[in-house]
Amino acid sequence: MEQFANRKNIIGGIILLVGLIFIVRLFFLQVVNSTYKLSAESNTRRMEIVYPARGLIYDRNGILIAHNLPSYDLKIAPYELEEFDTAQLCEILNIDIQKLRDEIKRVKQNRNERFNPIIKQLSPETFGKLKERQYKYPGFYFSIRTLRKYKREIASHILGYVGEVDSNDIKRDPYYELGDYYGVTGVEYEYEKFLRGEKGRKYKLIDVHGREKGSYKDGKFDTDAVLGRNIVLTIDADLQEYGETLMKNYCGSIVAIEPNTGEVLALVSAPSYNPSLLVGREREKNYKILDSDTLEPLFNYSTQALYPPGSTFKPVNALTALQENAVSTSTTYYCDLGYYARGVKIGCHSHPSPLDLEHAIQHSCNAYFCNLFRKIIEDPDFGGVEAAYLNWRGHLVSMGFSKPLGIDLPFEKGGFIPLPSYYDRYYGSGRWKALTIISMAIGQGEVLTTPLQIANLAAIIANRGYYYTPHLVKHIERIDTIDSKFTTKHVVSIDTSYFKVVVDGMDKAVNVSGGTALIARHREIVICGKTGTAQNPHGIDHSVFMAFAPKDNPQIAVSVYVEHGEWGSSYAAPIASLMIEKYLTDTIAPYRKWIEKRMLESNLLKVE
Amino acid sequence: MRRQINILTNTDWFTVILYLFLVAFGWLNIFAVNYSPDDGSFFKLEHRYTMQLLWIMICLIMILVIFLIDSRLFSFIAYPVYGFSIFLLLVVLIIGTAIHSSKSWIMLGPVSFQPSEFAKLGTALALARYLSGYNVKITQTKHVFASLAIIAFPAFLIMIQPDFGSTIVFGALLLMLYREGLPGWILIFIVLVAVLFLAILMLTQFVVLSILGGLGIVLFSVVARKPLVFIIALLIAGAFSGSYYALSYYSVFETKNIYVLLATLGFVSIVGLFYTLIKKIKGTTLIVLAFYLSIGFTYSVDYLFHNVMKEHQRNRVNVMLGLESDPYGYEYNVRQSKIAIGSGGFAGKGFLKGTQTKFRFVPEQSTDFIFCTVGEEWGFLGSFGLVLIYASLLIRLIILAERQRSGFSRIYGYGVISILFFHFAVNIGMTIGLFPVIGIPLPFLSYGGSSLLTFTLMLFIFIRLDSTRKAYLI
Repeated sequence: MEQFANRKNIIGGIILLVGLIFIVRLFFLQVVNSTYKLSAESNTRRMEIVYPARGLIYDRNGILIAHNLPSYDLKIAPYELEEFDTAQLCEILNIDIQKLRDEIKRVKQNRNERFNPIIKQLSPETFGKLKERQYKYPGFYFSIRTLRKYKREIASHILGYVGEVDSNDIKRDPYYELGDYYGVTGVEYEYEKFLRGEKGRKYKLIDVHGREKGSYKDGKFDTDAVLGRNIVLTIDADLQEYGETLMKNYCGSIVAIEPNTGEVLALVSAPSYNPSLLVGREREKNYKILDSDTLEPLFNYSTQALYPPGSTFKPVNALTALQENAVSTSTTYYCDLGYYARGVKIGCHSHPSPLDLEHAIQHSCNAYFCNLFRKIIEDPDFGGVEAAYLNWRGHLVSMGFSKPLGIDLPFEKGGFIPLPSYYDRYYGSGRWKALTIISMAIGQGEVLTTPLQIANLAAIIANRGYYYTPHLVKHIERIDTIDSKFTTKHVVSIDTSYFKVVVDGMDKAVNVSGGTALIARHREIVICGKTGTAQNPHGIDHSVFMAFAPKDNPQIAVSVYVEHGEWGSSYAAPIASLMIEKYLTDTIAPYRKWIEKRMLESNLLKVE
Repeated sequence: MRRQINILTNTDWFTVILYLFLVAFGWLNIFAVNYSPDDGSFFKLEHRYTMQLLWIMICLIMILVIFLIDSRLFSFIAYPVYGFSIFLLLVVLIIGTAIHSSKSWIMLGPVSFQPSEFAKLGTALALARYLSGYNVKITQTKHVFASLAIIAFPAFLIMIQPDFGSTIVFGALLLMLYREGLPGWILIFIVLVAVLFLAILMLTQFVVLSILGGLGIVLFSVVARKPLVFIIALLIAGAFSGSYYALSYYSVFETKNIYVLLATLGFVSIVGLFYTLIKKIKGTTLIVLAFYLSIGFTYSVDYLFHNVMKEHQRNRVNVMLGLESDPYGYEYNVRQSKIAIGSGGFAGKGFLKGTQTKFRFVPEQSTDFIFCTVGEEWGFLGSFGLVLIYASLLIRLIILAERQRSGFSRIYGYGVISILFFHFAVNIGMTIGLFPVIGIPLPFLSYGGSSLLTFTLMLFIFIRLDSTRKAYLI
């Protein structure tokens, strides 16, 4: 044995020690600690979202209004990039070279950035050109989305538009992720949950460069995208389009309702805009233009504009008075070109006098309704003005005033019928009486309503005492029922029997010489209507008309507002009668063509 | 004197079988890393697994050649082989091809070759020849220096390629010198200096000084054989630094943590010196002196690195150390490597099922990080088995070396053991995060012709020497 032979043991010991350390370390790494397994999985997995197409939107007759077009986002897989003709690509994409370089740098610097498209929503032409030459640009690929496409470019206020979610939306509903689309307004907003469908998820295996290497665990965790549900609107596309055409030179609204169902047949807010403007890459630019337009095309006049109802309110007061026995159908009042009482003077136009209730409606006599309103408010049965007023207001509320009706559109306004406290504040408690608020008799003063509420009023009168909440959706695919609030019958607080005289008055207003709306008369269809003038402190009054037809078994109830149209008979009544005629006969009779022509050729927008 | 013996019956088949197993297992893992279903024909040299198979064939032929050679020849050709490898190292510096910024490769047509691998064999042979020489004793200083020179020459040539990993492999031969009688403290000293050098470059000055200080106090108390000294020194250090901070807090003067540390260490060491002088303890003066030298070394390396060296030289050192060569940041390799091994679990994901392997998350996976694939696809069972087989091989080689009658065979055997052990320890150590990432291959498993051939030649020359141990007494 030589001198240093025992050093073999030390060397052997070192080897065994290192081996032991490795084994202990490996045991902890591989058996005890399980976090590395998760890391390995998230390393190699990439979730891809499969976007379903939004549900299609049809009109009540099955005419397709809104569908989808595929849209392609251009993305970069940074590590698959090879040399390519930058100038040519920039030319196709119509961007400058620096921007492309910046984008490539962006995705190369941050591994997560590669999911962000470099260009969103390529136009079909650009996509076509690129697709043909894709082999020239390795590392560029497309991801597919869908965008709204409008077969009929109408009803923008009903449909609303689709936009990209922001961080607040994501906080509110965790379904959404950055880059998702959702309905911002209109039916797209109200029925978002049905229209959007369900996003699908695909898990792909990727390598270190983000290249796809097949599906993860044979797609065990993948979920399929569920298509959005199709929706059938209550809208009649042709009637809607006709209404938009009639209103193209006016500011205002048309609302047409099927009285016995509450289904909205047309809802025109003018000025309108082409819904295709708020789609795709141009959306933000166009939105800014529309938003800054002084005529406010984005504003929904039908559900958000508040006007005094004017004389269309007279039937409401007539019904209330009959219900409260304040007057009877045979009560007559004199009218000497107006109503005069203790410091109050409300003018009227020239018409026969005295008149009973039916003829007062026919001639829209202000004096009659002032007397009638006074009888209601000063009804001794209630022992005071305030109680009588509250009772009157209750009838109005039952007819859908002073609160939003609940149509399936966002941001609907409710209008305004003052509470007694409102007058107490102005005049002092107990210091106001019927004469103080006498302008309510003829629908002026503090009362404010939306065009939708007036259309609903026409429907109530047509139905002789009930209504269904106006709504825009008739059918949702795979659901088969609509919200029960739209199928609940609302019976108003006026007995059916009291409607006859009002209906007859409205019939005479249109069809009997001396009526205020003779221009709306149709030879075959008995249209019942009531004109109105909504006082406008800022300029010429607004032309208002509400109507329904036919008188027996009504099919359609309409309200029309034309801003600055002055008299109900000058614009609103002819437009309403054209809508009714179009809907019921599908055409305009030759003897009424001149009315249509005049409505189409006049222009009140120039006045502005 | 010569005896006729049967080579085959005297061959150590246990070692041969371990070798064959390692090579075969290595090839399977290289296949797992590089195979892809759409690879097309197996017989294409662009596939690494096909290429490696070719190299394995060449190795088997070389083994045959080695067994046909008279074993006495190896001692005679030791110096020529060493000289030839030095020649190759000089050639590669001139006509070499740079891969990963190291000029380490000679390209001969389709075949590339790494002279630094071959130099390991040459150096092991030359050192064995020198130390087995008549009258050469490693206990004598001049022989120590001559041995170190034999090691340092090729190591230096490799360092300027630069290939840090291969350079430090030559340091492993110190283990062989140790077996032959190199004083133990020299081994420990060199290891400590190397560790300190790495620590200075990889850690902050504050941490290095703290560790040095702590180590010094521990050693001092051990040498003084008074555990209480340790606690007292800590108390003094705490009191001193505390009052230092207090003074600076009341704005007597401004300070930095590093100054507080230096002042504290200085104060404690001076107290220690006085204590040594009063109590007349042996050896503790040396500790304090060594401590001062270490601090001096720390500062000079730091100064050299940050003030004398130019930016590009610094980068070169960093690249050499593998500190900044990583595109995803220094930690990326190790993290991915640990994820790969850790995700293998107890039984592994199965052959060809490793996702980390398949999708190339670990750079250099078929070469330096081949152990990741073992860990991921074969699990704890596989990696445990591999470590066990490696340790068995090394222990077996020690047994073989110790039974040699000739000094040359034994010393050469330890050369092989030292180099294999160093590769094994550093390579697996770095893949499981116990060692800094120094790019050296795992012998017999890693992809690469030069290293496979070199290790095969190295091992089988020893097996051949062993097979005739009874026949000759050289």
